[in-house]
Amino acid sequence: MTTTHPPHRSDTRLGPLWLLAGIGAVLLAALVGVTTGPVSIPIGHVFRELLDRLPVVELESSLTATEKAIVWDIRAPRVALGLLVGALLAGSGAAYQGVFRNPLADPYLLGIAAGAGLGATIAIVTELPNAVTVIDPVPLAAFAGALVAVTTAGTLSVRRGRAGSPATLILAGVAVANFFTAIQTFVQQQNSETLQQIFAWILGRLSTAGWVEVRLLLPYAALCTIGMLLSVGALDVLAVGDEEASTLGLRPRTVRRLVLVVASLAAAAAVAVSGLIGFVGLVVPHAVRLVAGTSHRRVLPLSLLFGAAFLALADVAARTIQAPAELPIGVITAFIGAPFFLVILRRQLTS
Amino acid sequence: MTIIGPNGAGKTTVLGSLAGTIPYHGTIDIGPHDRAGIGHRERSRLLAVVPQHPVIPPGLSVFDYALLGRSPHQGMRFSASVDDHRQAAAVLDRLDLADFARRPVGSLSGGERQRVVLARALVQNAPVLVLDEPTSFLDLGHQMDVLELIAELQAERCLTVICTLHDLTVAGQFADRIAVMESGRLVKDGTPETILTSETISRHWGVDVRTEVHDDATVSISVLRRTH
Repeated sequence: MTTTHPPHRSDTRLGPLWLLAGIGAVLLAALVGVTTGPVSIPIGHVFRELLDRLPVVELESSLTATEKAIVWDIRAPRVALGLLVGALLAGSGAAYQGVFRNPLADPYLLGIAAGAGLGATIAIVTELPNAVTVIDPVPLAAFAGALVAVTTAGTLSVRRGRAGSPATLILAGVAVANFFTAIQTFVQQQNSETLQQIFAWILGRLSTAGWVEVRLLLPYAALCTIGMLLSVGALDVLAVGDEEASTLGLRPRTVRRLVLVVASLAAAAAVAVSGLIGFVGLVVPHAVRLVAGTSHRRVLPLSLLFGAAFLALADVAARTIQAPAELPIGVITAFIGAPFFLVILRRQLTS
Repeated sequence: MTIIGPNGAGKTTVLGSLAGTIPYHGTIDIGPHDRAGIGHRERSRLLAVVPQHPVIPPGLSVFDYALLGRSPHQGMRFSASVDDHRQAAAVLDRLDLADFARRPVGSLSGGERQRVVLARALVQNAPVLVLDEPTSFLDLGHQMDVLELIAELQAERCLTVICTLHDLTVAGQFADRIAVMESGRLVKDGTPETILTSETISRHWGVDVRTEVHDDATVSISVLRRTH
């Protein structure tokens, strides 16, 4: 008997085409980002300037000093921040969905949003003196609040060293989120003169003062990206449930805890510099799954890339639609994200 | 080795302890290894489990599902190796599943799905194969298909097969050794002809049967209706 081995292909491999598509999307979004803005600078000139910055290439830039500053100190850092925040939110959304085996999980599931909101609110109403820190205290307070919230949820769902079920963790997260939101609302009510400022923060925005925020976020982004990429194989095994994953040599609880730490850190870092930007963590991984399949070996890296591109483009829309005024970016992502999400939901219903 | 016993006797619990998903007291030895002395990953290289109710991730293809069986042999590798692919493909060929390789596991029939879950366990390449009620939800023909396949594989690969069954007739046909459990305890252990007697079955199951021992040491059982 002759057995032929048909060339089986695994749908779990991240093919070069997918990777190129993702990188292409990021580059495209970055280009659109630096060439678009309320001050019109001819696109050709911006291109020349960009090419000039590449090593080896020597081009005479035709930009004035002001235009150069606009491109390099205003637009470029903002694009970079958009890319980083988008990647972190989408990546951590994909990781959360994998860990909880629930397509509706998003990075804010365990109270990160409420914690960050409370931290930011306290920083705004107390007008924490800038002298305490070199940079704006609001992101630091938001970061701290987010970590406190998610750690509280995580600790409450562990008893005598044994972690409860994912459902316990989610319920603890819901309870903690509600608790923190209650305090945040209370603090906000006591200081109604800062309402607008708080509200603006909650709607999310990518505002930059030069490269400060990008530099702040970069180490977390690097660390979390590596952590998330290392967990893709384990997340694929976890898809068969804790018990079977355990017979396949995995320690489900340990894996879940590690991935949650990394993903929560990513989300907290993103929230700290950008406020609450919804839907990216939910919509981008789903869109990726629709076109590239369900393996985390594809979903996670592609969510990072397409999430970056999506948020950078959403930010272009946010600052051009009503230029020179800016729309909150959370409005844009939800405006595109919500209908898109409903389409996916209905497709899942019919399939 | 087949474990039988009435519902709630603790068959699945024993398998869970073997698989390491249920905490237990005492020791479990696998070959020369004491279960307590080996790591989690190492145990999954020695012992593969076919669960009674496998969780099938939506959209996952048969090939990728079988490939999951390689995970005890993979470290934190980003993708499966060529060797992993080859082993998964070979097992699918052996179980006549090659034509299904691209199909989502969720779209298969019960009998096909049971073979796919078996394929994943075989890809694990472990000397001990543990099966929890591998024939539940299958019709008679498919029950025989699966059990005959397991018997063939046991011989081919020199596997130790530990299996729970609720169907005593099937146990009498396929088991080399039978252990009877009741209320969490082992009450009897031996060859089919010594275990599957009408007296034993009547005591633990409360059912009257006629048994017939064949020349090849298998036992067939016919159940008699209880008269009230």
